[in-house]
Amino acid sequence: MKKKLYELAHCRAGDKGNTLILSLIPYKEQDYDVLCENVTPEAVKNHLKEIIKGDVIRYELPNISALQFVCYNALLGGVTTSLNIDTHGKSLSYALLELEIEI
Amino acid sequence: MLRIGSGAGFSGDRLEPAVILAERGKLDYLVLECLAERTIASAQKRKRQNPSHGYDALLDKRMELLLPVIKKNRVRLITNMGAANPIAAAERIVQIAQRQGISIKVAAVTGDDVLEHINLEEHSLEMDKPLSSYGEIISANAYLGADALLPALESGAEIIVTGRVADPSMFLAPMVYHYGWSLDDIDRMAQGTVIGHLLECAGQITGGYFADPGKKEVPHMAQLGFPFADVDSDGKAVISKLEGTGGLINLATAKEQLLYEVTDPTGYITPDVVVDFRSVRLREVGHNKVEVSNSSGRKKPSTLKVSIGYHAGFVGEGEISYAGPNALKRAKLAGEIIYERLKDHFTELRIDYIGSSSVHRTSFHHYSEPYEIRLRVAGKASTKEQAEQIGLEVEALYTNGPAGGGGARKYVNEVIGIISSLIPREKVKPHVTIRECRV
Repeated sequence: MKKKLYELAHCRAGDKGNTLILSLIPYKEQDYDVLCENVTPEAVKNHLKEIIKGDVIRYELPNISALQFVCYNALLGGVTTSLNIDTHGKSLSYALLELEIEI
Repeated sequence: MLRIGSGAGFSGDRLEPAVILAERGKLDYLVLECLAERTIASAQKRKRQNPSHGYDALLDKRMELLLPVIKKNRVRLITNMGAANPIAAAERIVQIAQRQGISIKVAAVTGDDVLEHINLEEHSLEMDKPLSSYGEIISANAYLGADALLPALESGAEIIVTGRVADPSMFLAPMVYHYGWSLDDIDRMAQGTVIGHLLECAGQITGGYFADPGKKEVPHMAQLGFPFADVDSDGKAVISKLEGTGGLINLATAKEQLLYEVTDPTGYITPDVVVDFRSVRLREVGHNKVEVSNSSGRKKPSTLKVSIGYHAGFVGEGEISYAGPNALKRAKLAGEIIYERLKDHFTELRIDYIGSSSVHRTSFHHYSEPYEIRLRVAGKASTKEQAEQIGLEVEALYTNGPAGGGGARKYVNEVIGIISSLIPREKVKPHVTIRECRV
């Protein structure tokens, strides 16, 4: 069955320079393993290919049942010089949640 | 028990939540974090024009409201509203206190301004090119740590006003001072830093920036309460907010804030410690109460990060709306016209269709035709005059573009870019200046 991440998890986006940081936190802690299995760095990079031009690194935090994706070269230069209307990329949390996974 | 409140998460934050915290929060300390990366560079420019300026623009408003309350309730205030000029900020606070008939002692912490000490031929951390190649450098400020605030706390000052200090360090400093923790006690430094990190964005842990109707409901956001932490001598803390305020604190809000803007959860670097977030434990211990414990870390780095502001030219923008039948196609025709006229004059030009694909640069698989679309054109220029050309071209679509364009607006903004580098600790010398009045 296909499900959007939006149904399973929530996310907050942050920025440091040209790096986009996306957390992924399941509503139910038991869904953490499903997310680990399906939401690989490759899947995120492919889903956000219009946005992320560099590498994606995934950090696993089983202590709080959450994942963190650190996405390089993703913010058109970063908050201070980006021409994007959302210079921080703050709204991109919901771009990640558009990703569909098979569970 | 030590209670520290968080009364502002950015320079333009709401005013009254801090007043409510100071009024009935039984706080020992109130921290106001008001200094974004670019703010200090623009403040530096104001200071150059007038040596008594260069502090946070909302300093007067916040202090007028807070001074009587913190004095009455003996709450000590720590803030980075000094921006580019902490001493001028301290003098201004004393002036306001005098006018209100309040005796006050204010400590200004300086030493973060390292513009004279940086080597412009060094490469930036962001790109492999020298700092001098970016453009005219406006400011260079090192991130001070909790140690820089200790002499100010020891001075007995009721208000401590700083320039650039790492955000969590503003919260860690009163813990170190109050409990007499050693700065080499790595686990306590890590735990205090995590508490500071959770509090530094104020409302972002009490339900702000969290709500999503039907998925993540947050009560009474118009009266969002700001957070405080009760920290014990081992560093274990419970984060909560006042009864009767809006918002919520639970595991979900705490997790979102714990990971916010953390580029490496296995090694979060501050001037005080390198924290490993993989050991942090969060636990709901009551209604709107989350306990944080078990943070661990590694020794602090031998260098401090320096945030450098430079002139990055100007951005010109123009917008115009199209609505009704065929709106997207008419907007796209307008975008093509603008692109053809401007493409040879701007190295970086952006055409967005607001309502369709502007903020995410795609609309994934959502193809439904929107009823209305706003064309936005943005471009970078080295002069203000050239940047203005963008808005003028968009405005000229009124009489030269597709049918039915309306609501044209144009903007030009000066751009300050931010890059960073590292500086050896020993080159940075924090200093405390006292300003006070007795009435």
